[in-house]
Amino acid sequence: MNPLGEKYLRKNFLPFIFCPGCGDGMIVQAFLEAVDELGIIDDLALAAGIGCSAWIPVYMHADVLKVLHGRAIPAAIGLKATRPSRKVVVFTGDGDGLAIGGLHLLHAARRNIEMGVVLVNNQIYAMTGGQVAPSTQVGARTQTTPYGNLEKPLDGVKVAVAAGATFVSRGSTSHPQALSRTFKKMLTHKGFSFVEIISQCPVQTGRYILGSGAPQFNLQWLKDNCVPVDGPAKWAEVEAQGKIPLGDVLQIEKPEYMEEVQKMNRQVKEARSKGGDR
Amino acid sequence: MKKGRIKVMQGNEACVEAALLAGCRFFAGYPITPASEILEGMARRLPLVDGFCLQAEDEIAAIVAAVGASWGGAKAMTATSGPGFCLMQEGIGLAASVESPCVVVNVQRGGPASGQSTSTAQGDLYQARYGSNGDYSLITLCPSTSQEMFDHTIRAFNLAERFRIPVIILSDEVVAHIREKVVIPDVSELEFVERKKPTVPMEKFVPFEAGEDDVPPMPAFNTGYKIPVISQAKSLSGNRGNAKEAEAFIYRINRKVEAHIAEFADIRTYGDEKAETAFVSFGSVSRSARSAVDMAREKGLALRSVEVKTIWPFPDDLLRERLEGAKRVVVAEMNLGMLRNEVQRVICSPGVKIELFSKIGGIYPLPQEFLRFLEEKR
Repeated sequence: MNPLGEKYLRKNFLPFIFCPGCGDGMIVQAFLEAVDELGIIDDLALAAGIGCSAWIPVYMHADVLKVLHGRAIPAAIGLKATRPSRKVVVFTGDGDGLAIGGLHLLHAARRNIEMGVVLVNNQIYAMTGGQVAPSTQVGARTQTTPYGNLEKPLDGVKVAVAAGATFVSRGSTSHPQALSRTFKKMLTHKGFSFVEIISQCPVQTGRYILGSGAPQFNLQWLKDNCVPVDGPAKWAEVEAQGKIPLGDVLQIEKPEYMEEVQKMNRQVKEARSKGGDR
Repeated sequence: MKKGRIKVMQGNEACVEAALLAGCRFFAGYPITPASEILEGMARRLPLVDGFCLQAEDEIAAIVAAVGASWGGAKAMTATSGPGFCLMQEGIGLAASVESPCVVVNVQRGGPASGQSTSTAQGDLYQARYGSNGDYSLITLCPSTSQEMFDHTIRAFNLAERFRIPVIILSDEVVAHIREKVVIPDVSELEFVERKKPTVPMEKFVPFEAGEDDVPPMPAFNTGYKIPVISQAKSLSGNRGNAKEAEAFIYRINRKVEAHIAEFADIRTYGDEKAETAFVSFGSVSRSARSAVDMAREKGLALRSVEVKTIWPFPDDLLRERLEGAKRVVVAEMNLGMLRNEVQRVICSPGVKIELFSKIGGIYPLPQEFLRFLEEKR
């Protein structure tokens, strides 16, 4: 076994639930590389909802809370608020995080609460059998768009920026080393981080949208379509070519929510002890 | 007579006071009439005790955040009313499935849907018990006064910690907003229960293995146990269970509550315990039932008021005891007969006549109406 797996995987939970050729295993590895380098496994509190990507943290030997479809972020807030020193990370998917749980993403980003949200985008509802997702491209035929998808996809990266996230990045399983570096940035960022990972699903997206269920075909499709760019300025240019830009979009500092809460609590208590108004 | 600090409080305020005393340090809620004073009170008070109050984006986030906080190691609570209680149902099932102690207050108002936001009702009785999918069990308490709201809130936290379950406090608009005397006992006189924590080292810890009482020890996150907690039906190790493991898990989370009902079942009788005519009620309606007993006594008529305080799991045996010798049972409630159905299920003796006094529409029933009912339907 990979030494990282030996060190950090919950071996009695193996084999993985993931299909052959799935990108989720690569994300497990990239994330564990970052965790290992930072030495923070004991501080991790991982949360997830429902879907393929929600199983990513379950195999890691850490504290993991896997809740309802779309609701990982509220669970993560409960964990963060009860001990702000925790390194809280949410693993979600495009359906879990942008459809049923979309509202929670907006509000967690708005609060700039320190946590990482890793949104694995495979452009489809994979676990339920290949239905259209909010990230599916226009025209795609899925189990629920048998005549083609009419709806424009939602760009999670743009949503996160608009909502107030302070670290926003996009990676892909086609570029796994960069992924590990991105996770390190996320895990050391003071504020709300949103990391989208474009990933392959040979079984659903591959077979029904891209035209082949072969894992190497799907990974090659990602390599051909995902373009690392240096800074957000080139972002639109790549998008205009119909490709998917990768890289950091935003990394800024803003007051972090739990720190502000603690500051306020101190002030309120001080004012009270001096006999001031509540 | 209870001793302690005396305050005049609304039921909602008494709930806040008691929750803080019980050690609640995390609250999440969404504004909704007639429950908002609980969220407001928590927002004001929790910062003073290093707690945290979240006004969530919706009730789904509120209940799930409470579950997260519970695993974070805190005593957690949320409060809502009917429409929000609907949204919370999946989360209540989650709390039951991942065995997270937490307290959920539902201040009932008229329904269905938006119903009557400022009027009282008791139409959520079944929802409190059966609102989420699948087989699970939880405890539901029904206060009728501000004092009971205080006492039941402390009890709710204790029962949640004892059994690792969500405990529902089924209040209603009358209890929420009435202002009356509450005796707040000294902390030294109160009893607080804390969840059982694992005592074995991490290598020997089996996440969902329970002892004789069917309640597994619960470690907080980041205390070294590295526990996998999933919302699926699980094996003892916490992974997805096979058919046999799922079956054992579902039996256990039901049995851990149902088999211990004698430990917490509570039904109070007011008035003449031997009277042939008995009212059965829960929540605020019990107030009018008590007054009706007093008014009848003045006329030389003996009545008993049987008041169900722990309504779920339904206390079958205790109700049979409390209704012993009764020939005429009038179930009084502000819905179309939910409690009546339970009473009928439990009391199926041919010598007992069970009648329903039902009042809906949001106007609280007066004791005189009960007495009139007894005379007219005789």
